[in-house]
Amino acid sequence: MPKDHGIGAPSKRREDIRFLTGRGVYTDDITVHGQAAAVFVRSTVAHGRIKSINTAKAAAMPGVLAVFTGEDFKDVGGNPAGWLIKSRNGEPMREPKRPVLAHGKVRHVGDAYAAVVAETYAQAKDAAQQLADDSVIEELPAIIDMAAALANSSNRVHDEIPDNQCYDWGWIEDNRAKVDAAIKAAPHVTTLELVNNRLVPNAMEPRASIGEYFPGTGDYKLTTTSQNPHLTRLLVAAFVLGIPENKLTVVAPDVGGGFGSKIYHYGEEALVLAAAKKLHRPVKWTAERSESFLSDAHGRDHVTKIELACEKDGTFIAFRTETMANVGAYLSNFSTVTPTFLHGTLMAGPYKVPNVYVNVKTVFTNTAPVDAYRGAGRPEATYSLERVIDKMCRELGLDPFEVRRKNFITTDMFPYTTPVALAYDTGNDPATLDTVMQIADVAGFEKRAAASKAKGKLRGMGLSTWIEACGIAPSHLVGILGARVGLYDAATVRVNATGNISVMVGAHSHGQGHETVFPQIVASKLGVPESSVEIVHGDTSKIPFGMGSYGSRSLAVCGVAMDKALDKIVAKGKKIAAHMLEASESDITFADGRFSVAGTDKAKTFGEIAFSAYVPHNYPLETLEPGLEETAFYDPANFTYPAGAYLCEVEVDEGTGKVDVVAFHCADDFGNIMNPMIVEGQVHGGVGQGIGQALCEFTTYDETGQLLTGSYMDYPMPRAEDVPFYNVDYSCQTPCTHNPLGVKGCGEAGAIGSPPAVVNAVIDALQRGGHKHVTHIDMPVSPSRVWSAING
Amino acid sequence: MHNFDFVKPATIADAAKALAGDGAQALSGGQTLIPTMKQRLAAPGVLVSLTGIAEMQGVCMGDGGLHIGAATPHAVVAREAAKHYPALAALAGGIGDPAVRSRGTIGGSIANNDPAACYPSAVLASGATVVTNKRKIAADDYFQGLFTTALEEGEFIIEVVFPIPAKAAYVKFNQPASRFALTGVFVAKFANGVRVGVTGAGNDGVFRWSDAEKALSADFSAGAIAGLKVDPAGMNTDLHGSAAYRANLVKVLTQRAVSAA
Repeated sequence: MPKDHGIGAPSKRREDIRFLTGRGVYTDDITVHGQAAAVFVRSTVAHGRIKSINTAKAAAMPGVLAVFTGEDFKDVGGNPAGWLIKSRNGEPMREPKRPVLAHGKVRHVGDAYAAVVAETYAQAKDAAQQLADDSVIEELPAIIDMAAALANSSNRVHDEIPDNQCYDWGWIEDNRAKVDAAIKAAPHVTTLELVNNRLVPNAMEPRASIGEYFPGTGDYKLTTTSQNPHLTRLLVAAFVLGIPENKLTVVAPDVGGGFGSKIYHYGEEALVLAAAKKLHRPVKWTAERSESFLSDAHGRDHVTKIELACEKDGTFIAFRTETMANVGAYLSNFSTVTPTFLHGTLMAGPYKVPNVYVNVKTVFTNTAPVDAYRGAGRPEATYSLERVIDKMCRELGLDPFEVRRKNFITTDMFPYTTPVALAYDTGNDPATLDTVMQIADVAGFEKRAAASKAKGKLRGMGLSTWIEACGIAPSHLVGILGARVGLYDAATVRVNATGNISVMVGAHSHGQGHETVFPQIVASKLGVPESSVEIVHGDTSKIPFGMGSYGSRSLAVCGVAMDKALDKIVAKGKKIAAHMLEASESDITFADGRFSVAGTDKAKTFGEIAFSAYVPHNYPLETLEPGLEETAFYDPANFTYPAGAYLCEVEVDEGTGKVDVVAFHCADDFGNIMNPMIVEGQVHGGVGQGIGQALCEFTTYDETGQLLTGSYMDYPMPRAEDVPFYNVDYSCQTPCTHNPLGVKGCGEAGAIGSPPAVVNAVIDALQRGGHKHVTHIDMPVSPSRVWSAING
Repeated sequence: MHNFDFVKPATIADAAKALAGDGAQALSGGQTLIPTMKQRLAAPGVLVSLTGIAEMQGVCMGDGGLHIGAATPHAVVAREAAKHYPALAALAGGIGDPAVRSRGTIGGSIANNDPAACYPSAVLASGATVVTNKRKIAADDYFQGLFTTALEEGEFIIEVVFPIPAKAAYVKFNQPASRFALTGVFVAKFANGVRVGVTGAGNDGVFRWSDAEKALSADFSAGAIAGLKVDPAGMNTDLHGSAAYRANLVKVLTQRAVSAA
């Protein structure tokens, strides 16, 4: 190490050349001959009854080709939730229909209730304004606050749901009484009420879609900004428009970031397809940034009370969590699983705590839908746990490092089943803690604090030790838990006659670097140059199947599918080699790109075998098909469990309340590493987003449901100056025990582990500065909040 | 954006004539106007660009101090004012980002008089003179509240003349999203006294903090204003900071500006 080739090498990201030189091809870069433009008419009120929409004037305007309203889609299907969650009382969740265009009522500012298709974008925009002017919407009181929403049975987001509640979920319900009793009897209980702030995803590329219809064949094509084109095809085909799956192609070309928000199917995609069919014209829509703010699925938005019961020495006895989770106005595809199985199951953390119970009430409000956002549920769990542990350590005067160490699941305890039903296969939390303490020079903190003090700043140090569940997900398990799909993945390895290789993968790359990493694995496995391997993704007509990229699953699920397809390639290659070398198949070995007869110097190169498979002149045609192409589907046996220890140091300016993150150290256990440079990049990005959540970002709706943070004038994104140079260590590697690559996933770790480390560091700084009354500040820990906390 | 006509006169007289027309709107750097038009919140019929007039460009020393042409971009001020009036140059170099500084102009900024813009604090604290196509306006008479100035219909700024103080500094605390001044304080020490211009904080736009001016005129040190309090009643409250927080910032930043001057 470092190697220059194959698994473990820091191969440079080949896709960056086109991204950085403006040669990427994103949906909005594509112009199809005859293309028309769609513009949506979006509600300006948070809650209202649609009384009338007079389309006549808009339809008669220059260039207008068609006008659509909710009425046009009232007989087609709705966009479903991907998971059916059951309430504590056994009842299924309430699942209101999510139509293509709002019908009857509008339920959040930005809810699309009509659309115009015109020859040009400007014409469509003019007509959309006319349509808005000609719509009568009776404004209803907005339902914004979650507690008020649950308490109010007369004012309803969905008329058929009396208390605005989707479900009241307990995990695990059998633990409830035991946890209550343990907390009652405990020598010490720390309680923390906190808000996990709502975030707008802000992918650099706004959502965009092009619908095409080919009247000659009856085929449809949707080009769209998607993290998983196959899921979109399934939803559009089977649930929304009823197009046969084999008549619909979904292509997700270069996609400029998603962070979860592009996992889901949105109504705009169905609209452009329906419009294309009606007009026999391609129809394109591209979101403006303000539309993205209003209509992309947001993230987080939990209001939580967590209690930690422990012995006086800090030994954990029980965790009890009560959360209200905002789903917004409609159920986005993963919205029901994010606050439940991606959150509640992680509420034991990396600790051997015997009693854990989680209650989540999920609430409809007149706000944009909320769904999975980088980390999805796991950041919420980690933040609650790591903040309450920190608070407990302060209350009892205990060392936060030693308390965590004392409570860690130790290496001899794996596999370990938590009280909230996850089975951790492996890990080494004491090792990551040791590592982070060493790389952060914890021992030298007081000296650094003194230096900060000399320049008028308060310095603080914050720790977070975290675990997550990735590699989503074992289908049999998620099926029991309510998933309506399987969560395997698939890959096809096609060795071409000339020996180069195309790999069709179900995972979609929208910044992750699959085009670089996947060939590294192929190169190691087949002994070929990385440059001879091309990855094909994002096109349902080219790839076998796929469930997309999210939940840090690309490598741990799709990568393993590819690995299994490579195994099949090698196995077939051995058969061909045995024939060509006139040896027994069992005597053929494969290494470094050569098929050899064991114990002899007889060998064929991989290229010779590939050529023979396609030019089968000397080939066992009686027993073996020609060609060299294999497909594998892989369904993981368990989740993977990346874990780690993060340490943040901040400086606080007491005069202004401004927090500067001056150091951030990560000790991650991602199992085996395929490309360390890309792993570091993923951690950098994730921690950057976590610092953004902790210090900068917030989403505010006023009481009437207007989004006050609807542009970059008011929504604070983290910038380069807000983040430090990161110190990332991934030397602690406990390989995943149930996949052959031993990989765990690294895409979300940074966003999961970092927010509590930052907030813990701020509280530490204030405590050290004598502000003993400050025990918690909700995120974002912005200058004005810090100043108010100090002076409050 | 709606359609509009565009003219770019080469003389002040031609600009005045064009601006007298129906639906005419002056355009300088366009850093506020163009986004507003893109959002269809403004739809002027004719944009009259003021960036093609030679007298309205550039930075030079002259009668009364430093003359800055109204159509001079921030980046040029940052570069060319540095040796004459470093505090003003530093302010210009801290506005927005490089793209904004390359297009945005001093005249556009003070004509718009955004309550969170940087320049108004310097104009006010310097006791600068705003020279228009019709008259000369003292800074104290020019700023008249949020987005409101002494400019009359058809009147536009030709240049701004800054007396050069003995000492000066601008300290800005960024609004975390827009990076406008959540509060910004410009302190200028002249032979005849100290002037303090505050932007971003007041609920009626840029203002002079007269208590601090008095104290600092007697003793130009951060400690001189340690005992002063800013009344939150006159301060703005929004998502990014309460009136009390801004009142605190006014004092803290003034002290820091004095120390930096």
